[in-house]
Amino acid sequence: MTLKLIQGGFDRRTAIFLGLLFLIVVGVSVLSLGTDADSPLHVSSYSVALLGKYLCYALLALSVDLVWGFCGVLSLGHAAFFALGGYAMGMYLMRQIGTRGVYGDPILPDFMVFLNYKELPWFWYGFDQFWFAALMVIVVPGVLAFVFGWFAFRSRVTGVYLSIITQALTFALMLAFFRNDMGFGGNNGLTDFKEILGFDVQADSTRVGLLVASAVALALGFIICKALVNSKFGKVLIAVRDAESRTRFLGYRPENYKLLVWTLSACMAGVAGALYVPQVGIINPSEFTPANSIEVVIWVAVGGRGTLVGATVGAIIVNFGKTLFTGILPEFWLFALGGLFIAVTLFLPKGIVGTYDDWKAKRRASKDAAAPQPQEGD
Amino acid sequence: MARILPSLLFFLALAWLIPSGPAQASDEALQAQIDALGTGGFSDTAKQIQALAASGDDRVVPALQALLAGKLYVRPSDKKVFITEKAEGGFTLIDPLSGKDMATSDSFSVKKIRVNNRLRRELKAALGGLTLLSKNPAARLKAAGAVFKSQDPDMLVPLEAAILKETEDKVRKALQGARAAVQLKSDVPEADKIAALKLIEERGDRDALSVALAAAAQSEGAVKAAAEATAKSIRQNLELWGAAQNVWYGLSLGSVLLLAAIGLAITFGVMGVINMAHGEMVMIGAYVTFMVQEVIRTSMPEMFAYSLLISVPLAFLVAGAIGMAVERCIIRFLYGRPLETLLATWGLSLVLQQAVRTIFGPSNREVGTPDYMAGAFEIGHLTITYNRLWIIVFSLVVLFALMAVLKKTSLGLQMRAVTQNRRMAGAMGIRTSWVDAVTFGLGSGIAGIAGVALSQIDNVSPNLGQSYIIDSFMVVVFGGVGNLWGTLVGAMTLGVANKFLEPYAGAVLGKVLVLVFIILFIQKRPRGLFALKGRAIET
Repeated sequence: MTLKLIQGGFDRRTAIFLGLLFLIVVGVSVLSLGTDADSPLHVSSYSVALLGKYLCYALLALSVDLVWGFCGVLSLGHAAFFALGGYAMGMYLMRQIGTRGVYGDPILPDFMVFLNYKELPWFWYGFDQFWFAALMVIVVPGVLAFVFGWFAFRSRVTGVYLSIITQALTFALMLAFFRNDMGFGGNNGLTDFKEILGFDVQADSTRVGLLVASAVALALGFIICKALVNSKFGKVLIAVRDAESRTRFLGYRPENYKLLVWTLSACMAGVAGALYVPQVGIINPSEFTPANSIEVVIWVAVGGRGTLVGATVGAIIVNFGKTLFTGILPEFWLFALGGLFIAVTLFLPKGIVGTYDDWKAKRRASKDAAAPQPQEGD
Repeated sequence: MARILPSLLFFLALAWLIPSGPAQASDEALQAQIDALGTGGFSDTAKQIQALAASGDDRVVPALQALLAGKLYVRPSDKKVFITEKAEGGFTLIDPLSGKDMATSDSFSVKKIRVNNRLRRELKAALGGLTLLSKNPAARLKAAGAVFKSQDPDMLVPLEAAILKETEDKVRKALQGARAAVQLKSDVPEADKIAALKLIEERGDRDALSVALAAAAQSEGAVKAAAEATAKSIRQNLELWGAAQNVWYGLSLGSVLLLAAIGLAITFGVMGVINMAHGEMVMIGAYVTFMVQEVIRTSMPEMFAYSLLISVPLAFLVAGAIGMAVERCIIRFLYGRPLETLLATWGLSLVLQQAVRTIFGPSNREVGTPDYMAGAFEIGHLTITYNRLWIIVFSLVVLFALMAVLKKTSLGLQMRAVTQNRRMAGAMGIRTSWVDAVTFGLGSGIAGIAGVALSQIDNVSPNLGQSYIIDSFMVVVFGGVGNLWGTLVGAMTLGVANKFLEPYAGAVLGKVLVLVFIILFIQKRPRGLFALKGRAIET
């Protein structure tokens, strides 16, 4: 069964995707660590961190594609799960600072000393252990998604309503995390990290390590998603997406399928957030903004909804464009992003990968149609 | 002696005042009297204070206040007296009568007029008498309030005199309240104190509560019991008024939510289009107001009072036109694909925001408030600001006007027909695509009108719409899609709930709790408070 699942995951496109990912990450790692700083082939640590960030975004996009593309649940709140994963990792990194903070308190992070905390709030316990933080990265978004989804899917909230309440969810979390007395650093968030697992966060080798970790997470996430959607379970998911009532009449329980995929997707988003935080060096409540969540959706839409590869491709292309434009024409970026939303929904509803698939299918169809003709001539 | 002097002083003053009214001494004479404060010892100064108090002229109040605060100085060279303010390298000398800056001085050429405790008491009595007998009723009212708070037993006699002389009911009431407060601190008989408590209870505000509590803590026996009862009754009364104030704040917030959500109730509720650019239509309305005011300011300033009246139709037209253009160019291709509509309109909102940011700049724009929107009035212990009141009225007017359009006009009939059964409506000869465009334009135009109102209470910036979009959706979803009554009830409920949660949970957490409540509510009733029934909902 497991074997079949894994085999189901490895089609030709998966192989190409994973191969490319492997080549790029190995290439960048070698060029970053193996060359001198003034060599023309050298990749700066900034670029390494940037690529790592893109890969985290790709994983986040993948998680959105899993629920939107295969389950029909348009989440406008996935940034919440991403940020929660990020906060869990940020708490671990904060506690690793130890006495090197500005106030030098061995237990309390700087902002707590500043806000006159006498002792560590209970929810900060355990985050000095990496295994615990890593567990929380998956558990916290997972539990939130499970509870939210359990209520939402059971009462058959669907479509736009679901989208709007997911947006309300992340909005509420954003407001809550902006408060200083939540114990998560208020609007400054968590930053000024020193080391992760004993390695200096700023060091080149650590950055490459984080890049590799992000790539591994992305590859794993991709394989899991692929295996899931290619299995029988995935077929039911697509049935739920296309005709929920009919699937229910056939004896399936759509809410259970949705709930499982939704929770899994939230966990993936949490992992993406956790890998994102050490690479950008900060996590603050602005990660919760509803705008962020909607932006993720547009990555998926650009790349191609329901294709998995498309989500990752879209995330990387759009973010590359963002880096490029905000550097050259900062004013222009929001026009470009807004225009992209409109253009993709109007003219490219299947996204890049979906349109490519259509084009290939059409060409094959016309080839097939063209091929038999000589036989008729015989 | 200390107790007798002020009273003596006031009987003297009264003897002089009552028959003839406050006689106005000439400026020179007053000036001379004030200058006399600077000469002689303490007893001479005391005599001068009495003389000034006896003049009954409230122009001497600043000089006496300055003397009490130790800011009255004498210049030995010409024996002139000045109020001083500390300035660089010395003092600024201010004329005690006119309040004008006269000169500057180093700190050696002027001498402070010293006061002792006896003089201080006398000054307080004299000041109280002068302000309590001021010709300006507002000043008398303020003085009564000050005495009420200070409960200074020295003021009892001046108060009695002032009450006798008072002609306005409102001020007399305040003076009597002040006298009651002072009596509680003094050694009058118990019966008087209990009577005084009655007056305190009548006043019934926060100061009254603290006076009653202080009386309860200081006294014994019957007075203590009476004071406790008074405090309890005042507290209950205040809680009631506090609740009323919360309801008012809630209605005010609700009316803002209502304004922001009415347009959405049309585009989302009636047409089913998820318009994430709705907030930007509100923002455009606010910027139209800003533009109108700019034009008025530069070309015809006397028209400023009408700026909002001009802005309302203009904002409707501008936002409505943009809305119709959006419908024709984008949304009509996306009917039946709600999630895609959501994304496209979100993109549109980004473009509109950035466009406004490019044209008007990212900072807040100043939008003026006409006179009739400024200020406040009081009902009981409730403060009501005019701008909030007008916005509540305005939101209801907009709501009912919109209901009338939907129910009573042929356009409204066509709109409802198209939303209920598009093909049948088309078969009956209704130009459905035109109706779509007009409906969307109507919804957007109303958002524009909301922007005019919101420009009066919120910052006009490119992000204005962003802050309302989620709340607006919450209102429409909570109230029930496609039902304007639901929108009204939804907006007011959320507004009041928000304001009642705020004191317990804080502003932000209150909002979070309301959001959580709505999320849970939607689980229970996915179609809102006032759900449409029948086939229309199962599409």
